[in-house]
Amino acid sequence: MRKKKFDYTGVFSSVFAIIIGLLVGFVILLFCNVQQAAPGFFTILTGAFTHGAKGVGQVFYYSTTIILTGLSVGFAFKTGLFNIGASGQFIVGGFGAVYVGVMCENLGGVHWLVALLAGVALGALWGLVPGLLKAFFNVNEVISAIMMNYIGMYAVNWFVKSYKPIFNNLRNESKPVLNTANIPKMGLDKLFPDSSINGGFIIAVLAVLLIYIVLDKTTFGYELKAVGYNRDASRYAGINEKKSIVLSMMIAGAISGLSGACLYLAGTGKHIEIVDTIADEGFTGISVALLGLCHPIGILFAGIFIAYLTAGGFYLQLFEFSTEIIDIIVAIIIYFSAFALIVKLLIQKLEKSREAKKQENGGPPPEAEGNGKGGKQA
Amino acid sequence: MDYVIEMLNITKEFPGIIANDDITLRVKKGEIHALLGENGAGKSTLMSVLFGLYQPEKGVIRVKGRETAIKGPLDANALGIGMVHQHFKLVHNFTVLQNIVLGMETVKGGMIQMTDARNKVMALSEKYNLLVDPDALISDITVGMQQRVEILKMLYRDNDILIFDEPTAVLTPQEIDELMRIMKDLTAEGKSILFITHKLNEIKAVADRCTVLRRGKYIGTIDVADTDKETMSEMMVGRKVNLTVEKSPAKPGEVVLDVQDLCVRSMREGHSQNVVDHVSFQVHRGEIVCIAGIDGNGQTELVHAITGLGGMSEGRILLSGEDVTKKTVRYKNTHGLSHIPEDRHKHGLVLDYNLAYNLVLQQYFEPKFSRRGFLKKDEIDRYAELLIEKYDIRSGQGRETIARSMSGGNQQKAIVAREIMKDPDILLAVQPTRGLDVGAIEYIHKQLVAQRDSGSAILLVSLELDEVMNLSDRILVIYEGAIVADLDPKATTIQELGLYMAGSKRKGAGERA
Repeated sequence: MRKKKFDYTGVFSSVFAIIIGLLVGFVILLFCNVQQAAPGFFTILTGAFTHGAKGVGQVFYYSTTIILTGLSVGFAFKTGLFNIGASGQFIVGGFGAVYVGVMCENLGGVHWLVALLAGVALGALWGLVPGLLKAFFNVNEVISAIMMNYIGMYAVNWFVKSYKPIFNNLRNESKPVLNTANIPKMGLDKLFPDSSINGGFIIAVLAVLLIYIVLDKTTFGYELKAVGYNRDASRYAGINEKKSIVLSMMIAGAISGLSGACLYLAGTGKHIEIVDTIADEGFTGISVALLGLCHPIGILFAGIFIAYLTAGGFYLQLFEFSTEIIDIIVAIIIYFSAFALIVKLLIQKLEKSREAKKQENGGPPPEAEGNGKGGKQA
Repeated sequence: MDYVIEMLNITKEFPGIIANDDITLRVKKGEIHALLGENGAGKSTLMSVLFGLYQPEKGVIRVKGRETAIKGPLDANALGIGMVHQHFKLVHNFTVLQNIVLGMETVKGGMIQMTDARNKVMALSEKYNLLVDPDALISDITVGMQQRVEILKMLYRDNDILIFDEPTAVLTPQEIDELMRIMKDLTAEGKSILFITHKLNEIKAVADRCTVLRRGKYIGTIDVADTDKETMSEMMVGRKVNLTVEKSPAKPGEVVLDVQDLCVRSMREGHSQNVVDHVSFQVHRGEIVCIAGIDGNGQTELVHAITGLGGMSEGRILLSGEDVTKKTVRYKNTHGLSHIPEDRHKHGLVLDYNLAYNLVLQQYFEPKFSRRGFLKKDEIDRYAELLIEKYDIRSGQGRETIARSMSGGNQQKAIVAREIMKDPDILLAVQPTRGLDVGAIEYIHKQLVAQRDSGSAILLVSLELDEVMNLSDRILVIYEGAIVADLDPKATTIQELGLYMAGSKRKGAGERA
């Protein structure tokens, strides 16, 4: 008896943003170097496939972390919170994973899982703090999360540097994790030979599905979204809105922590470097969430798409363009996905007026129905 | 004929709806002309057209016999048209005088000259008998005086066509009488007044002529003196409306809600006074008890204390004999308490949820609608369909409609349906008909009476005196947080009620006061 109407306008507006973004990117390429613009643009679109299956595997590998940070930001958005602290949660989660990955030797087959969970737990802790401040002291989560980004970054730097067993003195970064701590390939290496892809991608997809189910199908998700939309009405409905806010930030933090863990347990030679910059992945996550319209499934595709562009952009160097052009294109796409909301509204308006026309003979237009019982008996 | 405003054949369309369809409104010089219509009838649109906020697709506007194009509020002001908005547009931390001259200051060498302005305001104030204290802060004066400031603002700008948009909604009966007198004085001095309202009593009391709109269409213009209220309401609604609520005498049963010595301390800094001051009362099964009072006398805090949305500092609340003082909102929700909240957008609905989700707002977790933490969407939809059918909730896409896009009347119906379907022992209805039109009000009143007759206790909080007098079996008057009277509506007049509400009369209510 239920018929679910799929909302195409959202997908359409994102596609619209992507097309405009790519076009503007092409214009920039033209400005930089007219002769090379066309092949350069072609490379952006096809670069990811340069090495066939390996290239595709690389795209999925790159996408793993940003899907997860995107999911973290998008999930928080859905529950009315702006998680700008994904970067801090990411690095702290990564540290937790690295610590367990380097230090705990005798865990055997579950080593990687424990390391992963350590990352999740530390990420959740980093989300918990802004959540508590927001719920109980009404501190804006944006401000506290930005603080937590810095605290996370410096704390991790300090820990890694001052704790000899996990510090690689020569390269000023963390030591590689033990082999047992690397996430298994889960058969993906057979599909995409020679690429860096690993089970992390499958974990990311599972996380996406899990969040989708929680948000859309469960009473817990109903509560989280209700609090996000309207805190007062949630109180009125008897929902413990403080608990919801805290849990929501914790979950968002946990997902970002998972993202960090997935990166440093990928077995691709990634180490925590001692640098004074906040992890990019968190901010890319905001872009991914926006482009995916904060819908878990949308975020999955948006993450893969941005990874695909980034991979293509890498080959732009062959044409004497700098790879930063990809960042510009992604930025433009994000700008236009904001415009895309306007497109979405336009489409809705068109549909509404079409419906109104259809109804003209059948019944009163929707607004006129509002006049209570009068209409029926008039 | 000497018309000051003629709006001829005005048509204004919005996508999907014709807000004004060939409407003609003519206001004579020196008359009080009422504009009557339900919510959504097109009154506001018509006034926005007159103020130049919208440009009509068709039609002409003539002011004082000359055809004019009004492009914005400044044009309207230049033509001598002024408006008192329903929600006053005053700067609260400015004085009365500063508010009146705001935007029209006389400046000399970069300095504001207030002396001339003060003289002019005082002269106007005396001429029209509009008593104000020019140096008082807006935040310190009564609503009635704020309205006089708004009127003075128009007079200061030499407007002679004055529009009053639902001016009586915030006033006590005494203040309403005062306003009516002022309006008559103004027309005696040659001003013309356009009076927007849906209250028939007031039209009868002051208006000379009345133009009726219904669903964007022009229904007619009548002489108020030769038309009775029933005819006017029929013109407005399009069918016969029962203006009084039909109900049998109450048969009070056992006590359901027992409020004992309830106090809520003020949250505002520097106030030690109780916002709710030692309030005690009981509500029985099968009766409608009404808490009457002017807005802001502690009703909201009292209701929030009872429901658990807000805190309380002293006292006890018993629900069917059980002490629920310290229980959570959810506990009360699931143990016989229903609450139609005062602010349907703030508390009553999650506006971005669809109708079906909103209809289970307090019940989504019950076994009926969920299993092992998963929502039973089919059940929720079925329940929504049932309520939509039974309570005639209308919306664009049925249960899938996002609550935000529904009309106010149907949003309120959805809340009423949800709360009544819980079959509560006690129903708290706070201003359940605020902002609704006559048809919807009639409907909600009927539902409340039906719920009473089926054995629920009903606590009604209302600012509308007609509603209080019509609906309640017992009236408790609240003034500055205390119950100052316990009245029988059959033995009380509106005037008497007004005196209690204004705090100028007190009578023993229970053991207090």
